[in-house]
Amino acid sequence: MLVNLLSGDRPRSRMLTLVLVAILVGLAFAPFLFPGTRSLETAARICIFIVLVASYDLMLGYSGIVSFAHTMFFGIGAYGVALASTHMGRGFDALLTGTVAGALVAALLALIIGLFSLRVRAIFFAMITLAVASAVAVLVSQLSGLTGGEDGLNYRIPRALTPAFKFADGSFLGVRMNGKLLNYYLIFIASFVLFLLLLRIVNSPFGRVLQAIRENDFRAESIGYRVVLYRTVATCISAAVAAIAGSLFAIWLRYVGPDTTLSFEIMIDILLMVVIGGMGTMYGAVIGATLFVIAQNYLQNLMGVAAETVSAVPLLPDLLNPDRWLLWLGVLFVLSVYFFPSGVVGRLRGTS
Amino acid sequence: MSEPILKLSGVHTNIAQYHILQGVDLEVPSGGVTMLLGRNGVGKTTTLRTIMGLWRAHQGTIDFDGADITATPTPAIARRGVGFVPEDMGIFSDLSVEENMILAAADGPIDKQRLDWLFTVFPPLRTFWKNPAGNLSGGQKQMLSIARAMAQERRLYLIDEPTKGLAPAIIGTLAGALRDLKAQGATILLVEQNFAVAKALGDSCAVMDDGRIVWTGAMVELAEDAALQERLMGLSMEAA
Repeated sequence: MLVNLLSGDRPRSRMLTLVLVAILVGLAFAPFLFPGTRSLETAARICIFIVLVASYDLMLGYSGIVSFAHTMFFGIGAYGVALASTHMGRGFDALLTGTVAGALVAALLALIIGLFSLRVRAIFFAMITLAVASAVAVLVSQLSGLTGGEDGLNYRIPRALTPAFKFADGSFLGVRMNGKLLNYYLIFIASFVLFLLLLRIVNSPFGRVLQAIRENDFRAESIGYRVVLYRTVATCISAAVAAIAGSLFAIWLRYVGPDTTLSFEIMIDILLMVVIGGMGTMYGAVIGATLFVIAQNYLQNLMGVAAETVSAVPLLPDLLNPDRWLLWLGVLFVLSVYFFPSGVVGRLRGTS
Repeated sequence: MSEPILKLSGVHTNIAQYHILQGVDLEVPSGGVTMLLGRNGVGKTTTLRTIMGLWRAHQGTIDFDGADITATPTPAIARRGVGFVPEDMGIFSDLSVEENMILAAADGPIDKQRLDWLFTVFPPLRTFWKNPAGNLSGGQKQMLSIARAMAQERRLYLIDEPTKGLAPAIIGTLAGALRDLKAQGATILLVEQNFAVAKALGDSCAVMDDGRIVWTGAMVELAEDAALQERLMGLSMEAA
């Protein structure tokens, strides 16, 4: 049953299984295990980024397609919800319309880019995605009448998903029974289902053909598979899932702006998460996203504590000054790539 | 001789600035093994890849089973029933032996009887069925590569130097498998440098030189004429 749910793709390492179970339990009970707004923000962000990174890995790791437009698809989904909620008013119908429309637009755009550029060499596809993503980012910031420009859009989501809505009196384990909790579980369940869906896709006959194409596209053609078609479909699925992740992000934040959904920094983050977790494995997305988001959110605090602890020692407190957290984040990435060249998952599987 | 299933007429192929095939005329009769022989670099592999559509003929025509496939996309050629075993084997290393075989049977699941036959002629495939194909030895990879082409019944098999660089025992296994395939009435166009294998398997033969077919005839005719071999391919009978 459980193996079936994972589409037969077992973690194949005891340590990896433990880590994945810990992450799943941590996210499933995050509001109760780690009370507080900040930890809930972090947990929701992890859920969303797991889906975003897994969808990117479908392209990069499983199909060998390098794209720089993944944040664009993410942004399209986010703006879909924002625009629908702004124009249709608050309501679940607006959220659904925005999500579906965002996913369709993203898939359509991926189809157009794919048909134009996937038949040529990989580097051209990468360049074209970079160009289109930059163009869309500029468009979004310029079309301020529609998108709010650099300021972005604030909108209202259904009351049932906001802190103002109380569905039960009092609190359970110190957690208030309000709409924010419902919102979190909406994000968690949607992300979980999307992740299982991606796992099913990569372990299907379709996913197997993608991996064959990644390894040797001429050979896959000689067997009878239309490489461009398969690559294009993979790109469309990946784009649509990234857009849905964007929609979830928009539902959670109740705000979209170019910086939060379209910036190139997010693209770099996604790339790092895929590489740290391990390319070509969906579980890598889980590990990569979790580690990265936690480091992004808590490294500064951790360094603050460390700096205080070593305050008596010369030089060290300066090095561990919380202001230098980005430096240490960089060091951590260099070390992780050095020690886990095939990603954390690759390493755990290799040593199991 | 039966009707040709494959017919190349005046095929020219360029790779970058190099004019490799310079007017290849070749007929492959239906049923039996046609050998494509010649020295290194005369265009044998290019001929197979051009038939498969992996490199395009810029002049001439290729007819397969009565249809012009000169401009047909490679996947469509494969689905017409052409099985191709490339020189570099082209197995999918990250996938298991089983997954490689499932992928090769693009038209549907592999027939149970056929799989049993493949396991009989290539026993290592059964042993390593669930293992990554990348972990196989060179000979086993070649077995997998040929077994992939055989995963479904094809109307034509294009096989490029299957015995290259392999140990004699493995060459024996591969030759046995090809003999089995031939006995089932398959049509095979085989590029082979090992003259002993060519002699044992071939029915008809075409010899290439400088991007053209310079001699065609029965394999037995070439096998028995040392002077002809020497002239066509620089081969000495002692080596064979």
